[in-house]
Parts: sequence; C-alpha cells; structure tokens
Amino acid sequence: MTMTEPETHVGSPRLRREDPALLTGEAQFIDDMSLHGEIWVGIVRSTEAHATILGVDGSAALEIDGVAEVLSGADLAPLWGEGALPCAWPVTDDMRNPPHLPVATSVAKYVGDAVAVVLATSRYAAADGAAAVSVDYDPLPAVVDVEAAVADGAPLVHEDLGANESYTWPLIPDPEAVDEAFANAAHVVSERYVQQRLIPAPMEPRGVLAAPGVASGELTLYSATQIPHILKVMTAVTLGIPEHKIRVVAPSVGGGFGCKLNVYAEEILCSALAMDRGVPVRWTESRSEAATATIQGRGQVQHIELAADDTGKVQAVRVKLLADMGAYLQLVTPGVPLLGGFLYHGCYDIAHYSFECTSVFTNKTPTDAYRGAGRPEATYAVERAMDSLAVAVGVTPEEIRSRNFIAADAFPYESCAGLIFDSGDYQAVLDKAVEMAGLEGVRADQTQRRADGSNRQIGIGFSSYVEMCGLAPSRVLASLNYGAGGWEAATVRVLPTAKVQVITGSTPHGQGHETSWSMIVADKLGIDPDDVEVLHSDTAISPTGLDTYGSRSLSVGGTAVFMATDKVLDKARLIAAHQLEANEDDLEYVDGSFQVRGTPTASVPFAAIAFAAFTAHDLPEGMEPNLEAHVTYDPPNFTFPNGTHIAVVEVDTDTGDVDIVDYVAVDDCGNQVNPMIVEGQVHGGVLQGAAQALYEDAVYTEDGQIVTVNLGDYLVPSAAEAPAYRVAGHVTPSPTNPMGVKGIGEAGTIAATPAVINAVVDALRPMGVSDVAMPASPQTVWRAINEAQGGAS
Amino acid sequence: MESITLAVNGTERNLEVEPRTLLVHALRDELRLTGTNIGCDSSSCGACTVLVDGQSAKSCTMFAVQADGADITTIEGVADSDGAMHPMQQAFHEHHALQCGYCTPGMVMAAISLVEEYPDLDDQGVRHGLEGNLCRCTGYQNIVNAVLAVAGSGSAGPERSES
Repeated sequence: MTMTEPETHVGSPRLRREDPALLTGEAQFIDDMSLHGEIWVGIVRSTEAHATILGVDGSAALEIDGVAEVLSGADLAPLWGEGALPCAWPVTDDMRNPPHLPVATSVAKYVGDAVAVVLATSRYAAADGAAAVSVDYDPLPAVVDVEAAVADGAPLVHEDLGANESYTWPLIPDPEAVDEAFANAAHVVSERYVQQRLIPAPMEPRGVLAAPGVASGELTLYSATQIPHILKVMTAVTLGIPEHKIRVVAPSVGGGFGCKLNVYAEEILCSALAMDRGVPVRWTESRSEAATATIQGRGQVQHIELAADDTGKVQAVRVKLLADMGAYLQLVTPGVPLLGGFLYHGCYDIAHYSFECTSVFTNKTPTDAYRGAGRPEATYAVERAMDSLAVAVGVTPEEIRSRNFIAADAFPYESCAGLIFDSGDYQAVLDKAVEMAGLEGVRADQTQRRADGSNRQIGIGFSSYVEMCGLAPSRVLASLNYGAGGWEAATVRVLPTAKVQVITGSTPHGQGHETSWSMIVADKLGIDPDDVEVLHSDTAISPTGLDTYGSRSLSVGGTAVFMATDKVLDKARLIAAHQLEANEDDLEYVDGSFQVRGTPTASVPFAAIAFAAFTAHDLPEGMEPNLEAHVTYDPPNFTFPNGTHIAVVEVDTDTGDVDIVDYVAVDDCGNQVNPMIVEGQVHGGVLQGAAQALYEDAVYTEDGQIVTVNLGDYLVPSAAEAPAYRVAGHVTPSPTNPMGVKGIGEAGTIAATPAVINAVVDALRPMGVSDVAMPASPQTVWRAINEAQGGAS
Repeated sequence: MESITLAVNGTERNLEVEPRTLLVHALRDELRLTGTNIGCDSSSCGACTVLVDGQSAKSCTMFAVQADGADITTIEGVADSDGAMHPMQQAFHEHHALQCGYCTPGMVMAAISLVEEYPDLDDQGVRHGLEGNLCRCTGYQNIVNAVLAVAGSGSAGPERSES
C-alpha cells in the first residue's frame, strides 16, 4: 500500500506506527521481561473434573534442583485470607456466586483448577517441579453438559449452593403480547442451537510478573492483560493492598479477544507471593495450560422461536437460553449472556420480545467474554431462524430480511428490548452485499449444480447483524448491576516545543490505538501525526481508564481524546486572543494557526502558543500555565454497528468438506478513522467467526476431561483454510458521539458464524438438511447429509 | 551442561546449556534475543520460527545442542546493517499484515524462507507454504499480500549464500 500524505488524516488509510517495534523483535511482551532475583511459579492443576483434595505431596518435587517450595492451597490461603477472585457483574440480587480462591484448598472443581504451587529458580525447574507434585484426589461425580446440569438429581458443582443454577434473568416487557403474537401467527419457527465452547487462543498466552517494593510497600504488576486499570482496582480489593501503592503495566500484549479481560488466579497469586516474599515472582502460561487456565467463550444452548404473519413479517421473538458458566464466575462471566440478551430480534423491526437466560455451573473451565461476548450467540440464533422462516414462507433469505429490517427512516429506533438504535440503513447495506457477491450468477451456478446432481454443491449464506458497542453508558451499566462505569479518560498535553502527548485509558493489544489516536489529534491541531505520542497501558502514566473490550476503544476512548483536544484548543484560543489583542470569537484556527477572521496576517501559530503556555510570561490574567486538558467521557448511549455478510461455500457431499469460496462483508461502523485498520479488523474477525462455524470446539469427555489441549487438536485456522475476503463499508454516522463512529472490533466475528452455517445448510437443503451442528467438520456435515437421506449416522 | 557454539545473526556465541534446553529458550533466555516468540508447546503455531543454516525451523522443535555449530538467523538479524528493515518486514508494514504482532517475527522468518525457496509463488502457494504459522488477528489475507509483493519484487532473500 503506497500512501501519499493527505491534508487531513482521519478517513484515510495510514500505516501503523506500532509496526516497526513488532516487526523487528524490539517490542517487549510479558515473557520477554526479566527482573533480578525473580522466582518462577509452576502451577499444579487438577487432573480431575471434580474431586476432594486429600493431600498434596511435594517431596519428589523438592528433590529437583532449583525447586524451592511446594505450597498447597491451604498453605497459601493466609496470603489472601477471605479474599476471592472477583466477579464484577452480579446480574441479579440472588445470583449464586461461590467463593473462588486462586488455589483450591479442599475440592477441585474442574480440570485445570489450580491445586498447588511450586516456587523455583528457573522456568524449567518450575515446570519439572509442578509435574513432580503428587496430589491425592477422591473423585466426586462431575457434571459436564449444561442441560444435564439442570436435570433432576444432577451432581452439584457447589454442594453448599444447593443448585447448579446461578441465576435466571428475564427480559420480557409484555408477556401477554408475546403469547398473543404466537397464538395468532401464520408461521412459527422453533429452533434449538448449540453454541459450542471456544478457546480464545490469542497467539500470546498469558503471563504475569509481580515486583514488590520491599521498603515502599508498593507492588508493580506486569501482566498480559487488556485491563490494567480494572486489574489495579481489583488487586487492591482482593489482596487489601492500598490501591495507591499498586502500579499495573500491560506491556505489548499479543492479542486478547476478551480472554485477557479478566482478573486471574495467577495475577493474584504472583502479587500475593511477591509481597509476601519480597522478590519478583513470575509465571508464563503454556499453551496447553491455557486450554483450561484461561476462560473459554460461548457455551450456550439456545431455544429461539419466531412468530410471523403470512407475509413473513415477524411479530414476536421468544428465547430461552441455558448458559454454561463453568465452575466459577470470573470477572464478567454472568454478564456475557445479557450482552446478547437485548439483541435476539437482530436488525429487524419486531414488536414483542421475550428473553430468559438461566446460567448454570458445570465442572469445566469458567466461560467469560470472548470476541463479541453474547452478541455472536444472539446473532447466530436470529440469523439461523430467519433462514428457516424464509423457507417456511417460501421466499429467499434476502427477501425475508428485507421484509423485516428496521427502516432507514426509523432511527433513532426504540427496540422491543428497550434499546435506542442510533443510525443505519440496513437495506442499503444488504443491497450492496448482494451486488458485490454477484448473487444472480452464484444462484445460477447453484441451480446448475443441483440439476446436475454434482457432488460439489454451492451454498449461499446471509447474515445481517447489529451489535451494541461502545460499552457503555454508566447509568445503563448500573441498571444491569455491573460493578463499574463505562466511561473513558484521556489527557492531551502540549509540550513546550509543540509536540503532543496523548494519554489514553484505553489499552490496545493489536488494534493500533497509537496510530488512530494520533490521527485524530493531529487533524484537530493541524499538526503532523508523528508529532503526537500516545501513551497507555501503565497506570503510573495513565492513572485513569477502563480499558479495552466491547468495541469501545474508538467510540468511547477516542471520543475522550477528541474532546480533550477540543479543550486544549479552547485554551489555546484564549492565549491567541490575548496575544493578538483580539476577541476570541473573532479567531479561526486554520492550518495550525489562530488568525483573526478576515485578517490572515494577524495570526499566531500553535507552536508559539505552546511555548507561551509553558513560559507563562504573558498569559491572560488568572490563567494557569501550560496547555493540557483532561476529559472523562461517559457515552450517552451505545453505538450500533451493523452490516450484511454473504458467505459462499462449496460442500463436497461425498466427504462433507466445506470450502468458503467467496466472502463478502459490508459493514457500517459509522465514520472510519483509519480504513486500513477497519479492514484488518474485519478480516480477522471474519476468520474467527468462520472458525467457530467450521473448525473450533473445546471438546470435553463425559467425565470432564478436555481433549483439545493444544493447537494440534484445537483447530485455529491457518492461511490454508482462510478464505479471501471482499470488504466494503457503508457509512451512517452515529449521532451518539462527535466523530460519528461506532466500532468494528467484534463485527466480523458476530457476522461470520451464521453466514457460514447458513451457507452450508443452503447447500444441503435440497438433500433434506435443515441444520448442521457447529463446528461443521467434514464428519458432522457428512453425517447430517447421511441422516437426512435416511442413512445411518 | 553442554558447551555449544552458535553463529547467531553473524556473531559467534558460546553458551552452556542443559542437554534438554530448547533452541528457542537458549535464544530467548540465554542470549536475550526475545524477538522470537513462543506461542505453543506442540510445534503447531510457528511463532518461534528462525532460520537454521538458511532453512526455516521452529526453534521449539530443536534442542540447542542440536544447533551446535549452526548459523542461526532470528528476527533481530534480518535488517540491513544500516538498520533498514528487510523487504519482508517492510512489506508486512505496508500491507498491514500484523496487528498484535506476536506471531509476526516467526511469520516473517517463515515467509523469508518460503520466498527464497519458491520464487514463483502464487496465492495458494503462500497459503500452503505458511500453514505452519498461525495468526489470530489478521485473517491472513494481508499477510498473503505482503508475501506475494516480496515474491514479485525479486527482493526476497536475506544476504546468504549457502542456500
């Protein structure tokens, strides 16, 4: 990509300033760090899904050169007292939430649950030591399947809670209206879908390095985290360390996708040990460890019903969800289903809504936010069901969507679930996707192959989505019982030489914040983006923030930067007016200078104002020196990115193999700051969503053993499986924020999964197939075909 | 402990390692060349790819002692002597072929080796040639474009004569 320097930067592709350090190996990830005197932690993890811990024998481990100590959960318990890992989202007042200690003391609740800790002088000794610890387990009955967990007589994950249900959360504004709509419906679609568990698998596993200040009582916690600010608060609360004595640093972070949006046992463990022993303590997760020690995503059983009139216009949607929490509630585990719970009507104008989620404990790794967090699940259910409705009504998938879309002139649109959708033109987006896909030609090919009885059938899958992003208005979060706000902070500081520091509370881990934020500030100040430094991810530098998740960085964090720059300009204008002896209202800011309107010769450049603010020799009476502004922005509403994706697949009906032969994505993320980055987010998001459809599955045996422990078994797709993507945008600016932006981080993942499965089912519908389970592996697809044809499965 | 000698990025390095020390750990922990990353423990992800005597190799699949006497090139060693990035690094930058950047050093090393070995690569050739290197961020399309740009430019190879 060759780029000429544009006059303004926002809206044009710009290469990333983050790249050189990452491309040359200079970037420092957590495992690249090392501190003098550090000790290594090795963690002994339960090999049982549910078992009483009868004893921990570290004698063999202690024979190993370099192993210093072996500590059981009981040995460690005094380090955290009553404190347990935090859950910040008690969605209902009566939610069952068991105490969750970083290292189990008496009962292991899932394979991978930490049960003992080895301290050692080296990476290898820690691993050897952990492998040599012998734990005596007395197995207990385990419950693995989420539907089995709510059956009568199911073994209890937490005996003292009395039930496996954690909570039930309903959102049913008008139950009678829903019942009436179903009673009067011409068409009712009733479907059951399973969202398999997914392993997030950022390429960098997690890692922690906790460094104590022995004399100062301070803790510096380095962690591969998306949320240094939240982690700081939670570490203080959990361990009782005064918050002002804690500094959290996220170094370069190798991807997160939600799984580094958490407060993990290892972060608390290393912090507690470092403070107790007075030495740096570190831990690096292995990939196999990550399969069970890091949260998993999805894990839901969905029942969705649509009630439609004889034209296919949907009048009501009714959803019952069973959500698999795993054995414990991590930071936002219970809230994930709710994030989808408002969106089961999709981008359709549906009058009546009924959603009820029951969340359930199982003897498996906890689930939590994974790219899209609740919204991919909701989109999958409604988009799969809409295809079924299209079949029932006898129209095409695009026609059933068009008949139900929220109209372009209906915005702001109050949804049946109570949200106010900001802006969009869903029909225009779909039309663009149809045109790009060359739908007519693909359909002709499909018809021909069907007529020929080809063993390579074509399927076309639509997915129209809308998501709620820009998390989030703090008052709305309060109404959902979330334990924090949804604002974001920014400081824009002009240095004496007119270079600019931007300090953001948003925490990047691959999204290119430094590049995008510098473009925003540079345009407003009329300076070069290279003269803007963007600082982040260290609570000593950026003390205020709420970090990165929920496609919130640009629409909340970027808006804070935008507004702080405005405040800087406001102050600069006062200084300029003072210097020019003019009325500030008569000044305009043009090409980096304030000038008197109509008298361009009377002007003062930004650099002169920056220096004047620093010297403070001649500022307006009463003005504080220096040019710096801080903004904390709390969004008034969510943003609602939307789009239509079309997947074209070829299915080998002899083997069940699925190949994505074309993929079209048209997304409306509002105004784009850096279209290159937007497109990159779509590419990666689409593949992650397609991977759920075709490849990825955290497989457990009936007794709770995980099968897919490494990247040989858990099928993260390679370049050889990945399709080519054809991507376009359609812009309806969001009125929610001054830049008119919406967010793009999760869109691809939300859209792609149903697009691909709808395509697979479309290919096989003439053979009698109406659903294919995920992941649609060759074996699964072959079985679906064979069963539909009346053969054995 | 075993004494070994590696020529790493053109500099001879002598080190003492356990016989079971993986090459990647010798590079990262002993030589502090931390640009080579570790993404898995089953030789699946390719994040640790380096060149061993000019051939790409996953440095987690070799013991350091097996590399005794070998020429090793890591991501830290592919830039020009004046510091200009290697054409493959530059192409990754220009095609937005990285996001979080964790897989990137290994991906770049694998791509350098691939282009040198197969100068006439097409899209499928790149995709299959890099299937041992996983990326979770980019969806691969921009990586493929970057590699094809270098393959088409004739500026692929690092300055080595042995391969």
